[in-house]
Amino acid sequence: MNMNFLDFEQPIAELEAKIEALRLVGDDNEINIGEEIARLEVKSRSLTTSIFSNLNAWQIAQLARHPQRPYTLDYIDRIFTDFQELHGDRSFADDPAIVCGVARLEGRSVVIIGHQKGRDTHEKVRRNFGMPRPEGYRKALRLMHMAERFRMPVLTFIDTPGAYPGVGAEERGQSEAIARNLFVMAGLKTPVICTVIGEGGSGGALAIGVGDRVLMLQYSTYAVISPEGCASILWKSAERASDAAEAMGITADRLRELELIDRVVEEPLGGAHRDVATMAQSLKAGLVDSLEALESLPLDKLLETRSQRLMGFGVFKDG
Amino acid sequence: MSWFKKLMPSRIRTEAGAAKRSIPEGLWTKCDACGAILYRADVERNLDVCPKCDHHMRIGARRRLDVFLDAEARVEIGAELEPVDALKFRDSKKYRDRISQAQKKTGENDALVVMEGTVKGMPLVVAAFEFGFMGGSMGSVVGERFVRAVSTCLEKNIPLVCFSASGGARMQEALTSLMQMAKTSAALARLSRRGIPYISVMTDPTMGGVSASIAMLGDINIAEPNALIGFAGPRVIEQTVRETLPEGFQRSEFLLAHGALDMIVDRRDLRDRLASLFAVLTHKTSA
Repeated sequence: MNMNFLDFEQPIAELEAKIEALRLVGDDNEINIGEEIARLEVKSRSLTTSIFSNLNAWQIAQLARHPQRPYTLDYIDRIFTDFQELHGDRSFADDPAIVCGVARLEGRSVVIIGHQKGRDTHEKVRRNFGMPRPEGYRKALRLMHMAERFRMPVLTFIDTPGAYPGVGAEERGQSEAIARNLFVMAGLKTPVICTVIGEGGSGGALAIGVGDRVLMLQYSTYAVISPEGCASILWKSAERASDAAEAMGITADRLRELELIDRVVEEPLGGAHRDVATMAQSLKAGLVDSLEALESLPLDKLLETRSQRLMGFGVFKDG
Repeated sequence: MSWFKKLMPSRIRTEAGAAKRSIPEGLWTKCDACGAILYRADVERNLDVCPKCDHHMRIGARRRLDVFLDAEARVEIGAELEPVDALKFRDSKKYRDRISQAQKKTGENDALVVMEGTVKGMPLVVAAFEFGFMGGSMGSVVGERFVRAVSTCLEKNIPLVCFSASGGARMQEALTSLMQMAKTSAALARLSRRGIPYISVMTDPTMGGVSASIAMLGDINIAEPNALIGFAGPRVIEQTVRETLPEGFQRSEFLLAHGALDMIVDRRDLRDRLASLFAVLTHKTSA
């Protein structure tokens, strides 16, 4: 089983390779090595626990971008029923970097909006590595308005390196598309829950990230600029990405401390990709729970609370 | 000493000498665009637009407000707010040091100045970015001042203008800066629901997070000629698409052609044009 281990997971990778080798030996041998395998498995788990209890921001950024990390559609499959994808912004194109649709969450009708990255090379290119163009944000906007019309809560899943920096994207108004979503989401007359499931890359993430509750998976990140981008501007070297990641405080726990997000959803040992089913169940529990709290609020109270939440962002000296 | 000066009483002679010594530096200036050598006073009279080629030079927030607003009845909003280094952010320099350097350099305590005042007698609130202050970047103070500008508009039922000039969100305040995009946009949504007009004037340059929030959300979006306006910076785009960008890409005229702007207005006409627009939008007889 190749789990695509990251650099800092090498000790675990070595142990896992040893276990795998023993299993192969065990298959054509009478000697009982089950005990040894079990012993190594325990060791591997405790090693994983100790490595993962001590991750720095840059290591978490790598986990958030892990090639096997579950993406929006992986969660949709496991959390919702009756999902039907809806396409297009009605004026220019359909952007595969954002998936939208209607579905049910434990019976209730919801609208889903999420960034979508590709798994293999072909799909990565088709999904533009999860970097939306204006039409992606405008498709999301269209679905938000529909959600409001039919009184359906909006659940968004954030996982993007950022909005696409391309010529066409600029021509079609990338800035306006993002700004419009912020403007509309602030006053959308239905509950909005946003979850960062992988990379929360700047304005491209925020454009589907304004809501009543913002959740983050434990090893996801959310930042104003990528660590590499920040490092190349402020340290004049992308090599310092790890320092930039630390300085900006891009991890779920840190952002919870800073009260910029509401809730951290714990990931399975070793990260979401090690056990997608369990991850999906915890995320589902988090979503249902948050949604129930919001559903009990009258609309004016919901909007007033959202507005206060947004106005509360910022640290400054007053007078 | 010339025979003429010898004839003058000594008191006058001294004063003349002093006056000579105190000739201000920068009496002459050069236009970045056409290279013409210009008499500084002419340029200033012309609102920092080159008299030879009409190039719009960058101007600071105070000067922007000064030339836009009527001289009387100006009240600054949110001047008491000061930036704080909540993250103890440090790159090659400490954020705290960058703040004090920028404050010393610009005389402002952050990158947005807001004033309530009048234009041709019409009351309004005007916000102006100070690009000299850390590239006009938006952090907590900029966000809060902008929200207070909107609150004043709501309270007094008067329109809002914002002159943007910014590189985007301020990295040193990290995610808090990003959230200022949400905060300012939410405030503008409130203004819009109340039916109070907002005109956004984009000046050179208006990029990133400011362009993707405050700047593009005007009921009317205006730009000064040839301003760089966009989401991603041209260098980032060039690195991504690996080709040279077309001439005029992300300039005001390009945005107008692609439908992002209502109009491009010469700086010297802004007062007249905005006063007239607001008068129409608020059903008042022309200012």
